Amino acid sequence: MTARPSRRAALGQLAAGPLAACSRGGGDGTVLKFWAMGREGEVVQALMPAFERANPGVTVQVQQLPWSAAHAKLLTAFAGGSLPDVCQIGNTWLPEFVALRAVERLDSRVLASSVVTPSDAFGGIWRTNVVDGGLYGVPWYVDTRLLFYRRDLLARAGFGAPPTTWAQWLSAMQAVKRMVGRGAYAALLPLDEYEPLLTLALQQDAPLLRDGGGRGNFRSPGFKTALAFYAEIFARGLAPPAADADIGNLYDEFARGYFSFYVTGPWNLGEFKRRLPAPDQGAWMTAPMPGPNGPGAGLAGGASLVVFRRSPRKDAAWRLIEYLSTTEVQSRFWALTGDLPARKDAWSAPALVKDIHAAAFREQLERVKPTPQAPEWERIATEMQLVAAQMVAGRLTVDEAASEIDRRADRLLEKRRWMLARGRGTPA
Amino acid sequence: MAIIGLFFFLPVAAAFVLSLTDFDIYALADLGNLRFVGLRNYGELLANPLFWQAVANTLYFVVVGVPLSIAASLGAALLLESRLARFKGFFRTALFAPVVTTLVAVAVIWRYLLHARYGLINYGLSEIGVRPVDWLGDPHWAMPAIILFAVWKNFGYNMIIFVAGLQTIPEDLYEAARIDGASSLRRFWHVTLPGLAPVVLLVSLLTIAGYLQLFAEPYVMTQGGPAQSTVSVLYFMYEQGFKWWSLGTASAVAFLLFAMMLIVTVVQLAIARRRGVL
Repeated sequence: MTARPSRRAALGQLAAGPLAACSRGGGDGTVLKFWAMGREGEVVQALMPAFERANPGVTVQVQQLPWSAAHAKLLTAFAGGSLPDVCQIGNTWLPEFVALRAVERLDSRVLASSVVTPSDAFGGIWRTNVVDGGLYGVPWYVDTRLLFYRRDLLARAGFGAPPTTWAQWLSAMQAVKRMVGRGAYAALLPLDEYEPLLTLALQQDAPLLRDGGGRGNFRSPGFKTALAFYAEIFARGLAPPAADADIGNLYDEFARGYFSFYVTGPWNLGEFKRRLPAPDQGAWMTAPMPGPNGPGAGLAGGASLVVFRRSPRKDAAWRLIEYLSTTEVQSRFWALTGDLPARKDAWSAPALVKDIHAAAFREQLERVKPTPQAPEWERIATEMQLVAAQMVAGRLTVDEAASEIDRRADRLLEKRRWMLARGRGTPA
Repeated sequence: MAIIGLFFFLPVAAAFVLSLTDFDIYALADLGNLRFVGLRNYGELLANPLFWQAVANTLYFVVVGVPLSIAASLGAALLLESRLARFKGFFRTALFAPVVTTLVAVAVIWRYLLHARYGLINYGLSEIGVRPVDWLGDPHWAMPAIILFAVWKNFGYNMIIFVAGLQTIPEDLYEAARIDGASSLRRFWHVTLPGLAPVVLLVSLLTIAGYLQLFAEPYVMTQGGPAQSTVSVLYFMYEQGFKWWSLGTASAVAFLLFAMMLIVTVVQLAIARRRGVL
């Protein structure tokens, strides 16, 4: 990377950002189109002036997409040939865009780069960007799910430290449940989110799809073990059979002790700090996911940056990705958004080191696993959770639920099997 | 005729052909991955519980929403045509205003009104001692909230048609009824309603056809949630088509919806004919 501006200059640019955005597009330089989602799309504009100064002749047009519409917009833009040059993309969407042959392979650029270094990335997160042996994205920020828990309630129930194994977790939940009694629970695993069950399933050795991603592998003993553990938490009355929306204000309920464990993600670090009443601020803590025997794996989530294949400005696009991957920009991006840095050395920023709630994420990120890289995966996970919710409602046994998930997964993967048989797909 | 063919029949035929294929993201990447699957999309849809839930949600919306909407339109029209009403022009414009507003903009405003904790509607309810309702977060209340919004948004249009209909009923019929000593309720029942019958038929045909195509309200306000309680047939089609890019399935949904609307309309016309309205 070229020389970076001083902090004061960067701050001045930050203030001028919105004005500069209005005057863009003039001149005959390169205009780089960059799509980013939600809050990231809003905040990243403040980082652009420094990049533009380091790259004379390049202006960046940031377009903000709402998360809820982003996936559909990207597919529509692909169909209409109007994709941007650089884009933020959920790392679980990548296999789909690789199947569409919409994204550029980045292996050689990373090899030649002094900024983007795989060794400084979290292994599990990096692997989500590798599809069929090719690298298609660079991690921008990372995301995983782990335990948010009530330290005070756990201590009162006789547990000085958070659980690290399923057995410990179960006995901690039972102790909390005995203490809080009928009107409350020990844990919240929202029935409309597939991530908690998926995390338990990823902690098993058995892959979730078999035959190169052509069939579901949900009847494997490994998945059934995870599903049975999930079912047991509800069957013993340790978690309410409720969706997120049924809880009402879950921050109030957490403060009230309605549940003591909550499996959720990094955006709640900020929400818990903002929304929990001040007296409860010392009472909550985060911990890595307990596993079947000792600290378990987590879900490799987050967002990556990709270059689209049809872009005629790939070199400038790659320079933008390098810029956003520098340690300094990664740290600033964390400070602006709360999104956890994808670079390990950005985690040594003093403010992040001091954040006691983020430490568990740092540890968990060393143990994250990618989900199967089939384009159909998101739909399969959605179906998995719908079936699991029926199981929790008592309409299916664990074995029946496992078979039903397999049946639905196989149906969704029918086209993929046909593709694989014709040698057109990329085995997961 | 050629223009109609180009812009109407050709796309419809293309959509029908599409509904017989498994067009998906693989086909989007390379048309060589497209397969003709005959009626399989239709068969799978009819076996899909979520599709049936979408049908049930849509029928709920129609069965509750259409009578409410027509009653509101007719009520407003009668008030406007009442001899006691003043500032008729002003009220006619005011009541018609929601129809010409942008749906997305007013849906956002209604989302604020319906907010569980800070919404004006719950504030009003709390004043009369009703506990707050989580309008858009509770699977039982989300559809009623959407019906309320849709009725408010649309009743002005039918109201104008009713106003026009009311003006065609000859004044001497009312006079004769009054001389015979008929009460205002009986005058409404025996003079106004029969006089309006063709208008009511027209309005109900249009409203049902429109309400069966429920989409923008759940799209803006609830995204089909909570617990899929506001997924309408059209919203289901949108998800199939643009979220999962299963255009084959989405086209099949469109044709099933068309069949549904055709059946409902034919049944309505048959009933109207038997009653002698047509």
